[in-house]
Amino acid sequence: MSFMNWIDERFPATKVWNEHLAQYYAPKNFNSWYFFGSLALLMLVNQIVTGVWLAMAYKPDADLAFASVEYIMRDMDYGWLIRYMHSTGASFFFIVVYLHMFRGLMYGSYRQPRELLWIIGVIIYLVMMATAFMGYLLPWGQMSYWGAQVIVNLFAAVPFGIGEPLSEWIRGDYVISDATLNRFFALHFLLPFVLAALVFIHIVALHKVGSNNPDGIEIKKNKDENGIPKDGIPFHPYYTVKDIFGVGVFLIFFAAVIFFAPEMGGYFIEAPNFEPANPLKTPEHIAPVWYFTPFYAMLRAVPPMFGSQFPGVIVMFASILLFFFLPWLDRSPVKSIRYKGPLFKWALAIFAVTFIVLGYLGVVASTHMVLGLVEASILAPIFTVIYFLFFLLMPIYSKLDKTKPVPERVTQ
Amino acid sequence: MKKLIAIAALALLPVTGMAAGGGHNPFVESANIDLNNHAAIQRGAKYFTNYCMGCHSAKYVRYKLMTKVGLSEDEIKDNLIFDDSKVGDLMTIAMPSEDGGKWFGAPAPDLALEARLRGADWIYSYLKNFYSDPSRPMGVNNTVFPNVGMPNVLWELEGIKQAVYRYEVHHEGHTVATFDNEAEAAAMAEEKGEGYKLEKVVDRLELVEPGQLSAAEFDRVALDLTTYLAYIAEPIKLERQRMGVWVVLFLVVFSVLAYLMKKEWWKDVH
Repeated sequence: MSFMNWIDERFPATKVWNEHLAQYYAPKNFNSWYFFGSLALLMLVNQIVTGVWLAMAYKPDADLAFASVEYIMRDMDYGWLIRYMHSTGASFFFIVVYLHMFRGLMYGSYRQPRELLWIIGVIIYLVMMATAFMGYLLPWGQMSYWGAQVIVNLFAAVPFGIGEPLSEWIRGDYVISDATLNRFFALHFLLPFVLAALVFIHIVALHKVGSNNPDGIEIKKNKDENGIPKDGIPFHPYYTVKDIFGVGVFLIFFAAVIFFAPEMGGYFIEAPNFEPANPLKTPEHIAPVWYFTPFYAMLRAVPPMFGSQFPGVIVMFASILLFFFLPWLDRSPVKSIRYKGPLFKWALAIFAVTFIVLGYLGVVASTHMVLGLVEASILAPIFTVIYFLFFLLMPIYSKLDKTKPVPERVTQ
Repeated sequence: MKKLIAIAALALLPVTGMAAGGGHNPFVESANIDLNNHAAIQRGAKYFTNYCMGCHSAKYVRYKLMTKVGLSEDEIKDNLIFDDSKVGDLMTIAMPSEDGGKWFGAPAPDLALEARLRGADWIYSYLKNFYSDPSRPMGVNNTVFPNVGMPNVLWELEGIKQAVYRYEVHHEGHTVATFDNEAEAAAMAEEKGEGYKLEKVVDRLELVEPGQLSAAEFDRVALDLTTYLAYIAEPIKLERQRMGVWVVLFLVVFSVLAYLMKKEWWKDVH
């Protein structure tokens, strides 16, 4: 292959290919939970590609934005498909990332030596949230407008005279306006490329330490005479062919929503967003999109103190920032849930349920009677406390837990 | 494979499992529209341009859209366009929305958007639930949209309806008793004392002055109009679903082949 030689003398193409695909040894015991990493990458690409095409017809101007989205939906060839792929893609991106994170929680993928890999992941999640939030303003519908109004107002709750100027600086105005729309569009276009860069760093870090696996065993500790992990298989072709199958199955669900339920009952595209933004008319019920609602529920769960919403804002941000400390909160001698004891298993199960319940509580009005029994505003503080206890008590219960012995080699 | 499907289903659970809150209006009934009924969409377009477009636009929709449900450009020109618009133009109106705000209390919303926002059942029921109410500026009220500013533009066809009331005694948000007679209900609320409130509720509507059409004929007009509005709310809907069937079928076949390929490659992994 003289052509490849010519390239390799000038660019390490073969070296990169081997190091990251053909000779990158991944544990052979990945289960279905390990599809979500590559699926998250697929969704990022989906968002960037459909987003660029939408930007070709979208107009970031308060007078034109709504009409330009209608133009995309009605007059542009397959504009509806590109838009639904983008709006549905946002929700699926979060679904996939939440499952990817839960996989990490189950198998201890955040533990030494993968602390930095986990932290980069949490940063990716934060940038994703910022990107999604700014993108949601762009259609300039009622929920776009009022959702942004509510969230940006959170920054106004910062005390010591910082809050008001801070929120004005974010909006570029006293209310959400044309100036806000314009800058959110600029940032919504930029941040996905920041995400792409972060994902690259995430993968570089992953390939330095090697992939974890459902057994939480370091396969690098058990190498054969050639220095190849005995429980490892080359990522390519084994996991590339496996991931192609994962992509196929995932796309069935993705396409089903795009073509048969693009609004997903008002959870992926909220009904009030079919009405143009009207600064003079507040919708009856403002709820963020579903992927933010667990945090929104925790924000609302904290009562104002000293006439300020700030404590709620702190709780909301703290609930996300706690993820950064996870590698040091877990004191268990084993990584994977397979060898952890009942305490951790229960804690993780309760945490997963709590996250879903908080998501539900963030969707409904705070006066809503849950199952006709209890008001949402009573449940929210209880589940907020449970959410925080999962993290704050982890050093205790993970240490007390009765773990099982970890085998030398991975199991099938 | 089974596990994978279970996981994917689990992923969608938090989204689909949640039921939206909000009260249920007893006057909203199912319209049961059929978007394949092109004749209904065509008739609905005619009612829309005749009765609605005085105030309501469909300004993101082009007249030309009706060629997709069987009308020719000439038929569109002759039957649906009453100003100097061309067939390729958007269905805008001359009335500025500020005037609508001044005259009716709120600007008349764009109906293609309103149909997407409210849904077909709501529109259908709204059209059928106007009743005479002299206390309102336009002399009419609506059980589906109480205190709406819009007059009943279809009254000549429908006739005039009047509300028949019932009287409910409420206690802590629950209805404890219902009467046809206001005096009896008031007496009970009085007797029970604190916390008991009398509430006047529209029970049903009765036709008091017949219009040009029979009730069944008017229902069809309302249904045609609703079908048209539901169509222009998302004209691509049926095509999107048809396309979706093929896309999903393709992906199922693709996934089966991908699975077989994976199995073949993984034969030597033990």
